[in-house]
Amino acid sequence: MTAGTRTTYLNEALLPLPFCPGCGHSAIVRHLDAALVQLQLDPRQVVLVTDIGCQGLADCYFDTNAFHGLHGRSITYATGIKLANPDLKVIVLIGDGGTGIGGHHLLNAARRNIGITVLVFNNLNFGMTGGEHSVTTPPGARTATTRQGHLERPLDLCATVGVNGAGFVARTTAYDKQLPALIAQAIQHDGFALIDIWELCTAYFVEHNRFNRALLEQTMADLGFGTGILYQHDGPEYSRAYRDALRDQRGQPVMPPQPLVPRYSSPLTAPCHIALAGAAGAKIGSAAAIFCQGAVLSGLWATQRSDYPVTVRSGHSVADIVLSQDDAFHVDTTPPDLMVVLFSEGLKKERGRIAHLSAKATLLIDAALLPVQTAARVVPLDFSTTRQKKETWALMALAALLEHTGLYPLEAFREAAALRPAFAEANLAAIEAGLTLLT
Amino acid sequence: MREFIDGAEAIARGALDAGCTFFAGYPITPATPILLHMIRELPKVGGIAIQAEDEIAALGFCLGAAMAGARAFTATSGPGIALYSEHIGLAIMAEVPVVIVDVQRMGPSTGGATTTAQGDIQFLRWGTSGGYPVIVLAPTDVYDCYRLTQRAFDLAERFRAPVFLATDKDTGATRATVESARFERVPVRARRLADPAGPFVPYGVERLDDVPPLAHLGGPHLVRLTSSSHDERGYLTKAPPDLDRLNRHLAAKIEQHQDEIALVEADLQPGAETLLIGYGITARPVQEAARAARAKGERVSALVVRSLWPVPEDAIRAALTGVRRAIVAELNLGQYRREIERLARDDQEVIGVHRVDGTLIGAEDILAEGGLA
Ligand SMILES: Cc1ncc(C[n+]2csc(CCOP(=O)(O)OP(=O)(O)O)c2C)c(N)n1
Ligand code: SF4
Ligand SMILES: [Mg+2]
Repeated sequence: MTAGTRTTYLNEALLPLPFCPGCGHSAIVRHLDAALVQLQLDPRQVVLVTDIGCQGLADCYFDTNAFHGLHGRSITYATGIKLANPDLKVIVLIGDGGTGIGGHHLLNAARRNIGITVLVFNNLNFGMTGGEHSVTTPPGARTATTRQGHLERPLDLCATVGVNGAGFVARTTAYDKQLPALIAQAIQHDGFALIDIWELCTAYFVEHNRFNRALLEQTMADLGFGTGILYQHDGPEYSRAYRDALRDQRGQPVMPPQPLVPRYSSPLTAPCHIALAGAAGAKIGSAAAIFCQGAVLSGLWATQRSDYPVTVRSGHSVADIVLSQDDAFHVDTTPPDLMVVLFSEGLKKERGRIAHLSAKATLLIDAALLPVQTAARVVPLDFSTTRQKKETWALMALAALLEHTGLYPLEAFREAAALRPAFAEANLAAIEAGLTLLT
Repeated sequence: MREFIDGAEAIARGALDAGCTFFAGYPITPATPILLHMIRELPKVGGIAIQAEDEIAALGFCLGAAMAGARAFTATSGPGIALYSEHIGLAIMAEVPVVIVDVQRMGPSTGGATTTAQGDIQFLRWGTSGGYPVIVLAPTDVYDCYRLTQRAFDLAERFRAPVFLATDKDTGATRATVESARFERVPVRARRLADPAGPFVPYGVERLDDVPPLAHLGGPHLVRLTSSSHDERGYLTKAPPDLDRLNRHLAAKIEQHQDEIALVEADLQPGAETLLIGYGITARPVQEAARAARAKGERVSALVVRSLWPVPEDAIRAALTGVRRAIVAELNLGQYRREIERLARDDQEVIGVHRVDGTLIGAEDILAEGGLA
């Protein structure tokens, strides 16, 4: 061996390989070693990511980095490794079984064109668990779970990843003399590369189907599955494309704070719970947030809890706000002191709480929703003549609430409403319009 | 400086301040805001954030990235934790540092996406095969969301293990006024890397409770990582002495260091008859109930548990000392109450205040249950 030249990447002290006599896995492992020798890669820059199954035993015999993971998930670690360190050569050894249970990852890795090399040890069945059928088992084949012959169509792995963006796709058998060169080519390819390597599981598939190399090739031909390099393109590799696309983000301020400097004051003495109920899509949450920010500008401590259905723009939207002079994380658990109810969705959701409001509570409600059953003092809000859009009604009602209760100065509310310049004008108009609702 | 932010934002800030460089997640209410924050913010610090094809891939990406040098982070809710399950096992087995947020929503199954709950507390502990310990922290408010996220990253590095942050829809999504000065940034724990010059044994430890130093894929050493039972060098094994060593190590490295993980806030009153216990969203009502009861002349202690797993047994036993009964408040049907029952003496009564209707437990509920109202 000349200095710097490696003649093998296998750990010879650990040989022989653990596979059954005649198992195609041994051939592929030897070919992979030959490919690595051809490329003379630094073994520390090579990561073999192995799946579960007989093929997954292979990494133990290589003197490279190894990550042996779960059944079908090898491609996910490979993706994470490549994303974190695009310089690494990440090679996935996966069985046909793994491409089935992990088909989702295979498809998406191809679609992203993430720069990993996937070598499929395709022996047409599950070797490790006893010769059950896999997604690549040919029609008619007998396996432990298809005793009368397989009824399903096999997955064309190459076509599947090929039409979905894989950068380099090839098919051959484990007995192909050109396989080392092909593997080397796949490893050198920048994007997602896959070689579907057909081979024999002597313990099961050969036993159950009197199979041999000639039949392996015959089956490929019968299925119309092409061999050789089937897809090839030089589209952008994902881990680098990500970095390129987001390069200009680098150094931008991280989560810049949105300071609220108290400049006003509030006469509030005890914590006050305000419930704002309305319709989803009517900016209930944003109005409540502005109301809370106004409170913070007034030296109060506010919390805002929201309740909404899983849909975004239908049904109710409720914000429960607690304002207090102390900084405990008050989350509403007692009945509201003040309630604002808008829209039929808000009323429908909150009829129960409205009915249970105490006589000390105040209910501000769109007059059009009256009458309601409640012991609270009812303050009707007259929206009948407003020309304001419904998305501003919550801000309007909260302006009316502040005017009615004097919880904190309206000026603080206006300042909060103008915090986001794009919305300032509309928000301020809504507040002014809200001040006419009480009459 | 005061701000008005929610738990998700505090969690994202905590992660970024803890040196997070990698996030992978899959959208799910109520955890999606964390995904969106990380997608937006991580590229600014040269990190990577990606929406994966599903939760299995999300955690898989994290595990691969972590071993290639990243500080990895993911966030989901109950259904996603279910899909994480097998990879949580891999993180334990291969000893991969990773932080996992569970913003709990109501279960079982799809349950209530926008409804709060604390139903995953035992699930997080026992959510993967084998039964080996994990670390679970539970924030009580927005400050805790920040603080405990940093702590989770710290513990993940310290123990080379998955660390969970068990929060809930209302702690995660409730916005609150915060004084930013109270977001105390703690120094980031340097990853303990194997000596680049020395010999490297991937899972070599001197004592069972030691944590093996880590070497990155692509670094100076050849690294072997595996989900399968392995010897110190990371080779598959079935040899009983190796298996025994491995499995006892996975337990010991966490269980024998409970004192480094335990995080409780004990507000004990001498001569107290009753101990109120809460965690997460039930912490504040527990503390409030204790204050209210004391104002009425009752002798009451309060205990907030922030490190749920491993159970901080010494601190809980100490808090239980002398009381006649404990009242545990939680948004499930008694999941952590079981742990308290296990630690209580036979003559101590353990009472649960449980709610599974999507509404919160208030101080008044705890007072009523305890006859303290
Ligand atoms: C989640 C999960 N399900 C099932 C198994 C059991 N299992 C181990 S190997 C294997 C199939 C392996 O077949 P293949 O991927 O084709 O590999 P081969 O043994 O043929 O090389 C299965 C189902 C597992 N390890 N994990
Ligand atoms: S069971 Fe099949 S795949 Fe596994 S080693 Fe034996 S021949 Fe190879
Ligand atoms: Mg197979």
